[in-house]
Amino acid sequence: MEHYLSLLVRAVFVENMALQMFLGMCTFIAVSKKIETAVGLGIAVTAVQVITVPLNNLVYQYLLKAGALSWLGFPELDLSFLGFICYIGIIAAVVQVMEMFMDKYMPALYNALGVFLPLIAVNCAIMGGSLFMVERSYNFPESVVYGIGSGFGWALAIATMAGIREKLKYSDVPLGLRGMGITFITTGLMSLGFMSFSGLSL
Amino acid sequence: MAFNKDSVSGTIKVALIVCVVCSIFISSAAVILKPFQVENKILDRNMNILIAAGMYDPALNSQAEINSLFAEFTPRIVDLNSGSFMTDEQLNELGIDVQSYDDRSVLSDPDFSDALPEEDDIADLKRRVRYATVYLVEAADGSLQNIVLPVSGYGLWGTMYGYLALEGDGNTVTGIGFYDHKETPGLGGEITNPRWKALWPGKQIFDANSDVALRIVKGNGSGVHEVDGLSGASLTTRGVGNLIEFWMGPNGFGPFLTNVKQG
Amino acid sequence: MSSAVKAVLTKPIIAENPITMQILGICSSLAVTTSLNVAVVMCVALTVVTGFSNFFISLVRNYMPSSIRIIIQMAIISALVIAVDQLLQAFAYEISKQLSVFVGLIITNCIVMGRAEAFAMKNPPVVSFMDGIGNGLGYSIILLLLATIRELFGSGSLFGMEILPLVANGGWYQPNGLMLLAPSAFFIIGFVIWIVRTKRTEQMEKSEFRLAAHTIQEAAH
Repeated sequence: MEHYLSLLVRAVFVENMALQMFLGMCTFIAVSKKIETAVGLGIAVTAVQVITVPLNNLVYQYLLKAGALSWLGFPELDLSFLGFICYIGIIAAVVQVMEMFMDKYMPALYNALGVFLPLIAVNCAIMGGSLFMVERSYNFPESVVYGIGSGFGWALAIATMAGIREKLKYSDVPLGLRGMGITFITTGLMSLGFMSFSGLSL
Repeated sequence: MAFNKDSVSGTIKVALIVCVVCSIFISSAAVILKPFQVENKILDRNMNILIAAGMYDPALNSQAEINSLFAEFTPRIVDLNSGSFMTDEQLNELGIDVQSYDDRSVLSDPDFSDALPEEDDIADLKRRVRYATVYLVEAADGSLQNIVLPVSGYGLWGTMYGYLALEGDGNTVTGIGFYDHKETPGLGGEITNPRWKALWPGKQIFDANSDVALRIVKGNGSGVHEVDGLSGASLTTRGVGNLIEFWMGPNGFGPFLTNVKQG
Repeated sequence: MSSAVKAVLTKPIIAENPITMQILGICSSLAVTTSLNVAVVMCVALTVVTGFSNFFISLVRNYMPSSIRIIIQMAIISALVIAVDQLLQAFAYEISKQLSVFVGLIITNCIVMGRAEAFAMKNPPVVSFMDGIGNGLGYSIILLLLATIRELFGSGSLFGMEILPLVANGGWYQPNGLMLLAPSAFFIIGFVIWIVRTKRTEQMEKSEFRLAAHTIQEAAH
């Protein structure tokens, strides 16, 4: 239990997807102007991450890994080179299915989050989550925890960023720095802040 | 009939063609390049072992020399619980091939590894393999000259993997090398710095009572049982200390090294 | 080479640089910039993938059913990225280990998808190829600039060769450890944008309002 808690805290704070791993930056910068939209996107990313990381974990363990197909009678086969295409396919499919499902059964939620779903399929944080999961050879329960943690960490980062930017709107920023420039520098400062979590051991 | 790309059959046809073309392309790339990749992996491992043993310097030696230098090493599999070498029969029974056995990839396999109880898990590894590959160098007279042991332990950001090379007495260090770690560059990442690694040769692992005595200390380490820590990287340093304590202790290579010392 | 094709190739390098102009594709451009060696390989990989993915997508653009357009683009891009990854593992093993997951992340790099959708779907193969290479080079310039600054001041070396002798090795330069950590990448890119926009005033963001209208479209890449 303690192990999972420590993994969760690491994924949220120490190895924050956006601030330490630089993932999902394009959307992070573009959609962090308003708190509501940022929170909406954050929730959508977390939801997709929680589904895709464990799903990709199963695909990796039972289909792609060296020797994973022994249950089909191919113990020699190593399909790990197909990883990238499988993960992105699964991510795209999950996003699509989620969109249709929400549209049909949860229209209120769909209206709130629906616009973000297409953005998520090409969000590096989602793909990155699956790739890190494979690289660090997490098992299934670990991958669930990691999915929750990394998604939530990203959501936390974008929500905080949006909060800062809403205030920043009213500041007098040098012309050339206005908009993206100052956003990057603020992100850098946030990242510096998150670094203080390094070495946190539970 | 003209090809209608937006009809259902057209969509399926295009999807199928794309799938087939892509899969042929990827698979042929993977199959053609596989031998090179396997060779690279082995070369990389051999190089790391040589670096730990202080027998290879990328600045002095060419890549091509790795294999000839490595030819002196004999890989053997050790049963960590008993500390003795595995016989060929035992290996056959378990289906282990000495050349291709990979300690790290069997770590999640319950047939080849055990979960470590909390109180024994000094290096924060969670699991430990039952059988580990060690690399031996024999002197001309047949006596053991060098032993290279795979070691791992948790640092600041992740698990550090490396090799520890000992002299034939199973006590004196000839070198240490880390080949995979996630420590902070410039601080903990200095574990790969040649000047820090140069502090290790000649140090002794065990004291007179055969207890693990090698420690990483702050400031000036003196004496045969002390190595200077890295400044600004106390957690990484602690990780390296724990790693030594674990792998040289009773749950690591302790039993094996006891056997080595007894000859 | 006709001047139109040339413009397609050169424009994205400075004038319409995908990173400073459109904040596309920065995800991977930051994490791999602590050493110049790795950054160069990443640049080559990305430029090759962008070029060829544009070429192939443009080649089949007239046969692409609109309902499965995105997934076909993704399949083509993923196939190319896998090939690049396999090649790196076979011929540049050391660097492919350092790039780790970031080669795979080229698939979700906004530049590749963005150019495929915005340019290759509407233009013939050769021009699209040039556009891809141009955008790849634009990305490379920023990436190499970052890597040069970070490696030079962070470890006192370039391409692993010592330029500023370190105090630790008996020289005079005390390396700036921050340069090797994540925040420095954000700072440097922020300053690069500032400098570029001060020089090229047309890139400045005028009012919040104009920007807000672009939000969703920009992000969709």
